[in-house]
Order: sequence, then structure tokens, then C-alpha cells
Amino acid sequence: MLLEVNDLSVSYGDIEAVHGISFHVENGEFVSIIGANGAGKTTTLRALMGLQNVKSGKILFDGTDITDMPAHRRANLGIRIVPERARCFPQLTVYENLRMGVYGRSSSLKNELGSTYELFPILKERSDQYANTLSGGEQQQLAIARALVSSPRLLLVDEVSMGLMPKLAIQVFEVLRSLNKDKGLTILLVEQNALSSLKISDRGYVLETGKIEIEGLSSDLINDDRVREAYLGS
Amino acid sequence: MSIYMINVATQIIIQAIAACGLNIIVGHAGQISLGHAAFVGIGAYSNAMLTTAGGLTFWQALPISLLIVGLIGLLCGLPSLRVKEDFLAITTIGINFIVVAIFQYTPALGGALGIGGIPNVSFFGIELKARAFFWLCLLFLLAVLAISWFFTKSWLGLSCFAIREEETAASSMGVSPVRAKLSAFVLGTLMAGLSGILYAHYMKFISADSFTFPFSVTLLSIAVVGGLGTLFGPVVGAVVLGILPEVFRPLVDYRMFLYAALLLMMIRFLPGGLLGGSDLLSVKSLRKRKALPLKGGGKIDR
Repeated sequence: MLLEVNDLSVSYGDIEAVHGISFHVENGEFVSIIGANGAGKTTTLRALMGLQNVKSGKILFDGTDITDMPAHRRANLGIRIVPERARCFPQLTVYENLRMGVYGRSSSLKNELGSTYELFPILKERSDQYANTLSGGEQQQLAIARALVSSPRLLLVDEVSMGLMPKLAIQVFEVLRSLNKDKGLTILLVEQNALSSLKISDRGYVLETGKIEIEGLSSDLINDDRVREAYLGS
Repeated sequence: MSIYMINVATQIIIQAIAACGLNIIVGHAGQISLGHAAFVGIGAYSNAMLTTAGGLTFWQALPISLLIVGLIGLLCGLPSLRVKEDFLAITTIGINFIVVAIFQYTPALGGALGIGGIPNVSFFGIELKARAFFWLCLLFLLAVLAISWFFTKSWLGLSCFAIREEETAASSMGVSPVRAKLSAFVLGTLMAGLSGILYAHYMKFISADSFTFPFSVTLLSIAVVGGLGTLFGPVVGAVVLGILPEVFRPLVDYRMFLYAALLLMMIRFLPGGLLGGSDLLSVKSLRKRKALPLKGGGKIDR
């Protein structure tokens, strides 16, 4: 098991946002966590990356307890996040942003750059441009590329469809699906867009007000009455 | 060049070296510091003590002084791990005042009288007088610029930029914010220390008054006017702010007022500094704009 989360609680001051959730991700699996605004999805991902302190519970990555490990050391273990709203480095060029992706790695960027540009040709075109001159969709692509160049073992993706036009969102989902199916990349996707994310993932969890309410195979969840009613419309 | 010009040029170079250090901390790593003069002072005092009371030569004292400044810089960089922006500015001002007070009230450091009788720098037995000392300072400035350039091209430099831009994103990419910030502080304060060391041997006499908070403001003005985060910005800033007071000598009483006005004008009209990515003067931005045709009605908002 690549990622195992046991009884995880996260709070902001006195307010607990995530109440003791447990889930896991197998090697090579594509898992999605769906839920409405304020369900605790982003909080959960931030806790997994080490950007948010955990109140209680355990996070195991490949059998190692990483609950109290700082973010940069988790990154070195091979966990990468595509943050909500991309979070590119605005005053660095596209190329420098990608170079940050392989920070401190022995593998050189040149090996990865070819396949990255193949996946996102627009980034090659704009490699000398500052990231803040990119459109929202391009920044999102850059954020994904920046996470991919390090060849992560686990990719955490936060609300990738947010702020993208539907056509681009579909493209991005398609990229994620092919990364998982063709390259065997393990992905944990957090999304409001329940239908799209369940369509491309193997398993799913439904998060509601900080608790996991429903879990199962994505194909089952799509047909689950409660999920349909709450997220998909009947 | 007349001796007067040599003197002005030497002072400009010494300030440029300190401003290069501040540029690393503020411009590259994005950590505001308003106490940079303290580290210039620490460098000056260490070398002054080591060469007068300690009886060492300039070259023997130099590495020891740099070590002292570096260690204190490391210590003073620690607040930047906890506080940000305005709060860090206040903290660094505090550091400046504390260091100046230590200089002033420690009898061993000469107290209010300062330290005099600092020897000339000699090089293979030859004493370096005004002209030769100017060349020595220029060599040190070139070394500092070379180090700054290597820094911007290194992983460490890139990690500092990333911390400046998006700290959480950087740390989720394997950058340790602690390491990046502290390295920037140490490198920046080392350059300040070097500047102070040269200053001590240039003036032959130092006292706490030379390293007070207004000097920190001057250094920040130099870095901002020249262009934060650019390689030659601190040098350009030091030249501009070094020559202006000489040209406008009658206005010397209004110096702080003029600096404030200049800073405000810069922020309003040239926020990137003379060499920064501003629309008016920057060669880089002109080149960039030409290279990037706007596509599909896209707007480049810089």
C-alpha cells in the first residue's frame, strides 16, 4: 500500500475541519475524493503534503510514518502536489518553474523535458515567459508539468478543474487518466466535479463535512443513489 | 583621477558591496531587512579589534571577521523563520539598535570613542594607499558580483526565488524554507561584513555612529533605486546615491528627506528600480516584449 491514512483529524485553531478519516491508495491506483465546498478536501490534501499540521491520526507513505515530517522532506520521498489555483512562481520563467520541479534531484530536467513538452506543447512555446503572463489554463498545465518532471511516486491533485473552461478541464482530466493508465502513475485527485473525476478514477471516497460518508469503486459510486442525488443530479 | 574622486569612488564601492548583500536577502530571497548596517558594523568592529588590539594583519583578520559576521548573521536570520514582512522589518530594525548599543556601551570596543589607529592594508609588504586601496575594493566588488551571479544560477538561488514567490509551493517541491532563508541571510550578511571590513581600513577610525539605522535605510535605498533582484542594481544604486550628495552638497541637511522622496518616487514610477523589470527603462523588458507577440488578444500584465 503506497499511502495509508488512519483516523486523520485536522483543525484550524479550535475548529476541526477533518474528523478522523481513514483511506488508502494502492500503488498504481487512481483514487478520487469528491465532496462539496468546505467538506475538507483541500485540508486533507494539505495535511498529506505536510502543509497543514495534523491534530491526530497517522499518515503512512510506503510503510514510513510521515505524519510529522516537514513538507520538503515528503517531497523528497516522491510526493508531489498540484495545488489549487496552480500556485506557479509568478516572477520565474516557465522553464525556471519546471526546473524548480526537479529541485535537488540528481536526474536532470533535460530527460523529462521532452515528454513534458509533448504533453503540454504550449509550455515549450512559452518557456522563456514569466509564469504570471500565462493564462489560468496554462498556469494549471504548468503546475501539473512542474509536479510531473520529478517523476513522483504519488501525485496529489487539488481541484484541477477549478477556473478552467469545460473543454480544457476535460483535456486535463484526460491527461491525468493517461498518466495513470499508460505510465502507471499513482494519483489521488480531489474534486468538486464528481462525475468527471469518478469517470477516470478506480475508486472514490465521498467526503462530507469532514467525514467520509461513502466509499467504493468509482463505477459503483456513479450509480449510487445518494451520490447521484447529492452531486450528479438525477 | 584626483584623490577626491578616488575617495568618493572608494566609498561608493564599499556601499555597493553592502548593498549587494542586502540585495541577496531582500531582492532574491524576499526577506525584508532594515538592519543591514549592523552587519557592516560587526565586520568593521571585528577587523578593527583584530588588527589593533589583536595585532593581526588585515589578511589574517579577514577570514576570522567574516566567520564572526556569518555566525551572527545566521543567528539574526532565525527571526525570519517565524515572522514575515512588516514584522520582520521591525525585528531587523531592533537588531540594528541592539548591535549599535553594544558597540556604544562596551568599553572594550572603545565605547562612545570608537576604535582608532586601524592600520593600512598591506599586500606582500607594500602598504596600500588611497589609489591602490581603491583597486583592492574594486577587486572585492567584482568578487562579490561574481558570487551573486553564481548564486542566481545555483540551486540555492533558485530555491530562494521560489521561497520569495510562493513559500508553500516551494516547500512542497523539496525546498527547505529554513535552509534557503538562512543561507540567504548568511551570504547577505557576509557581504555586509566584507563592506564593513574595507570601511574600517579605509577610514582608519570607526565608531558606532557610522552603523546606525539611517545607514540601513541608505543601503535599502541603494538596493531599491538600483533594482532589487538584479545583478548590477546595487552598483548602479550606490553610484547614483553616492554622487548625488556630492553634487548637492548644500542640501546635505535634507539628505534623509531627499532619500524618502526618492524612494517614494521610485515606488510610484519605477517599482523595479533603475535596472528592474520596469516599462520605462529596462532593456530586458523591451527585449522580452519584442520577443513575445501577443496572441489571441492576450494581455501581458506586467
